[in-house]
This record gives sequence, structure tokens and C-alpha cells, in this order.
Amino acid sequence: MIVPTEWVLMLSAVLFSIGVVGVLVRRNVIVIFMAIELMLNAVNLTFVAFARSRGAVDGQVVVFFVMTVAAAEAAVGLAIIIASFRNRTTVNADELALLRG
Amino acid sequence: MGAILFLVLAVLTVVSALTVVLHPNPVKSALALVVTLFVLAVIFVLLDAHMIAALQIIVYAGAIMVLFLFVIMLLNLQNDDPDRGRRRLVLRGFAWAGGLVLAIELALLVRGAPVGTPGAAPAGYGGAAAVAKSLYTDFLLPFELTSILLLVAVVGAVVLAQRQRRPTIS
Repeated sequence: MIVPTEWVLMLSAVLFSIGVVGVLVRRNVIVIFMAIELMLNAVNLTFVAFARSRGAVDGQVVVFFVMTVAAAEAAVGLAIIIASFRNRTTVNADELALLRG
Repeated sequence: MGAILFLVLAVLTVVSALTVVLHPNPVKSALALVVTLFVLAVIFVLLDAHMIAALQIIVYAGAIMVLFLFVIMLLNLQNDDPDRGRRRLVLRGFAWAGGLVLAIELALLVRGAPVGTPGAAPAGYGGAAAVAKSLYTDFLLPFELTSILLLVAVVGAVVLAQRQRRPTIS
């Protein structure tokens, strides 16, 4: 392994920022969801990089938990999207403004 | 050699991640996300996280992305409308500027981190045995709680997605 940890962390920072921008600029709820997955993966990359840097596997175990939570989140989130699509026939985040004050 | 490989993979990751965010067609966004997840799995292998790389492909690229594609095709989504109107474009510009500031800030933060190039990994590092040993000893309680989380998620998903019997808000 010849890659400096900083490089991996930089890549992770860029990926996370792309995910944040994706959540802000897209209006399709499913694509917003994918941008969230992108951010989760950026954080996973950070965990793995630091685990490698410290020579301990604890960080990789945390990544395992993050993946589990992401799977649960995807299942519930997509079910919510299907339910809201059934009621409103849209997945546009601007039109799903029922909770707007 | 490893450094060049990493740089190529990093460029691939960023390009496919940008495709996820920029492509108007949700199906192609999802496919770009699959590419991102695969390239990240390769980077995990480069970082000696073999077990996590395998999980990444099986759980993320396999299960989660199939779920995404299934929902996209079930709902038969069309392309997003392009952004029109001045206000929308200004907001979009602000979002990109904010993302750029965030990336620069995180990069500056990383530059101050006391990390260097790690040496050779100990034998068996990142393999199934090493991760499992940590998972079943130090992280046993969170691991058991995970099963409850998954059960709740399964029940919740079924309850939410089933056809409603009572009248709903429209």
C-alpha cells in the first residue's frame, strides 16, 4: 500500500461534497436518495482509510454497521416514496410540500 | 504503481459520482451509482479492506441498487425537467458554490490531519477472520441490535408499501 492516507481523505471529501450538492440541486426524490448513499459511501471510505492508517480493524466494523443502516434506510425510504407516489403521483420534492408551514 | 492506480480510480469515482448528480435520467443516475460503488470497492481492496470490499459489492451494488432500480422502473419515472427561471438557476449556483466551499474546507481540514503513508499491513488484516473477531467480541451488542433494526425496517417497509385500505390524504 503506497497511497498516502491524505489522498484517500481528499477523495472522500470530494465525494461527500458531490453528494451534498446532489441533495441540494436535484428535485427527484429517488436521485436525492442516491446522493445520500453517495455521502454514506464517502464516510465509509474515510473509516476504511483511518482504519488502515491505524492498523486496526475497528473502522471496518463500523463500515459494516453503516452498510446495515444504509440497507434499512433504503428499504424504508423507498417504501415511503412508493406510498407517497401512490397518493400524489409525483416524486418531485418541490411538489411534496404537505408539511410546509 | 499503487499511486497511479489510486489516481485513476479516484478520477473514475469522481466522474461517475458527478454523473449520478448531473444526469437527468434517474435510471442512468442509478447505473452511474453502481459504477461508483464498484470503483469504491476496488479502492477498499487497495486499502486492504478485503471483507468490506466484498460486502460493498454484495450489499450495496447488489441488493440496495437492485431495490433502487426496481422502484425507479416500478414508478416509470421520466427525465427531470431542466431548470428554468432565474430564481431556480441562482439557487442552483448557490448550491454548487456551497459544495465547492465544503470540499475546500474539508480538504484543508484533511491537510492538517496527522496521518502519513501507512506501512505494510499485518498478516490477515481486513480479512473475514479479523473483521469477524472484532465484530463478535468488541462489537457484539451493536451487532445484535442490528438484527432488531433490520427486522423493524422489513416490517416498516411492508407496512408502508402495502395498499392502504382506509382513505388517504390527497
